[in-house]
Amino acid sequence: MCLGIPGRILEITGAMAKIDVAGTRKEASLMLMENVSVGDYVIVHAGFAIQKVNEKEASETLKIVKDIIGDVSS
Amino acid sequence: MKYIDEFRQREAAQGILKKIYALSGKKVNIMEICGTHTHAISKYGIRNSLPSHIRLISGPGCPVCVTSAGDINRIIEFCKREKNTIVATFGDMMRVPGTESSLQEQKAMGKDIRVVYSPLGALDIALANPGKEIILYAVGFETTVPTVAATILLAKEKGIQNFSAFTLHKLTPPAMKALLDSGELDLHGFLCPGHVTAIIGANAYKFLAEEYQAPCVVAGFEPLDAIHGLYMLIKQLKEDRVEIEIQYKRVVTWEGNTRAQRILEQVFEICDSNWRGIGKIPMSGLRLKNEFADFDAEKKFVIEAGIDEEPQGCACGDVLKGLLTPNQCPLFGKICTPESPVGPCMVSFEGTCAAYYTYGISQPILTG
Repeated sequence: MCLGIPGRILEITGAMAKIDVAGTRKEASLMLMENVSVGDYVIVHAGFAIQKVNEKEASETLKIVKDIIGDVSS
Repeated sequence: MKYIDEFRQREAAQGILKKIYALSGKKVNIMEICGTHTHAISKYGIRNSLPSHIRLISGPGCPVCVTSAGDINRIIEFCKREKNTIVATFGDMMRVPGTESSLQEQKAMGKDIRVVYSPLGALDIALANPGKEIILYAVGFETTVPTVAATILLAKEKGIQNFSAFTLHKLTPPAMKALLDSGELDLHGFLCPGHVTAIIGANAYKFLAEEYQAPCVVAGFEPLDAIHGLYMLIKQLKEDRVEIEIQYKRVVTWEGNTRAQRILEQVFEICDSNWRGIGKIPMSGLRLKNEFADFDAEKKFVIEAGIDEEPQGCACGDVLKGLLTPNQCPLFGKICTPESPVGPCMVSFEGTCAAYYTYGISQPILTG
């Protein structure tokens, strides 16, 4: 029920957006979002964008994972 | 698929798992609160990949499963009685067995019950059927509640009068508190739900660290997220730290989605709520505020109390509390299967029993 999938905003019309979710075009409401633009990635849950995906943090997490794996002392 | 594929790298997952083995220590019990985590942990064989001293316990994290038998029976009886209504609900609610029937069986008998992917779907049905009353039967945790709240605000704004919601929403932190207060479980830490926390913010768990000395890590749902989150939690336990940490930083912040919180609080107020297996948990539910009475199905219609009886022999209540694993239920895999579920934990793909039944023989990531 709390399943959310990341998707890229393709088009915004008022409070609705067309979003590319894993290759499928879905319509989702932006009523719960502030300051989103075309090109942003958002988590889509039950027909609503619920949060932006932060690219910088995603890269940082992958870097942390790499560091953990590479750190012989951890 | 951006933000999915990078977090499904098998080698990286294996690398983190090796580090978890290197952190070996005393026996620990970790509860994953979210049903989506339960599903991912089972699907990717994570449970079987961990060292034997690390036990993952599935908590009450599937909203379909924690809806009390009484509340399930209420909507079924309502559907039986009402003639000019269309009930719209999320897919998993259709198959949950009540005492004598299910919504799916009612639909087969001709009642107009429809599955919607979004609460907005119920508004579309209302607009397309002006001569009928549409009731959105909604369950869900903090991830889903703002979507229902926004839908109700939209209905009010558009003046849609043949739409109302029968909501049974529940809150996550009070359930975690209730589990710890019960003293029935020996829990050492929580893997916290990524999308619930995307809404409420990780600050919501601070009381668990401060008052209960329970470390928490908020994790995402891809296999690498879950394993990385478990590594962070096990590292905390190994180092005797008690902190709230966020693994899923690409989506989760400390404050959460403040706009969604405002919309939720505009429409709903906190109340007590009955949880299957746990009973009444104070301040763990939400009800529509009085100013939205026109959209409150419980005020618009008579939805009588239902029989609150567990199916005979079903251990869903104890499974939800983490006291039993599904295979300790005498019905599991024999009388109760996903094709013919007796209890709710076998219905939803997030249900603990369904996850164990479907993926119970998953190969561990390290050796599979």
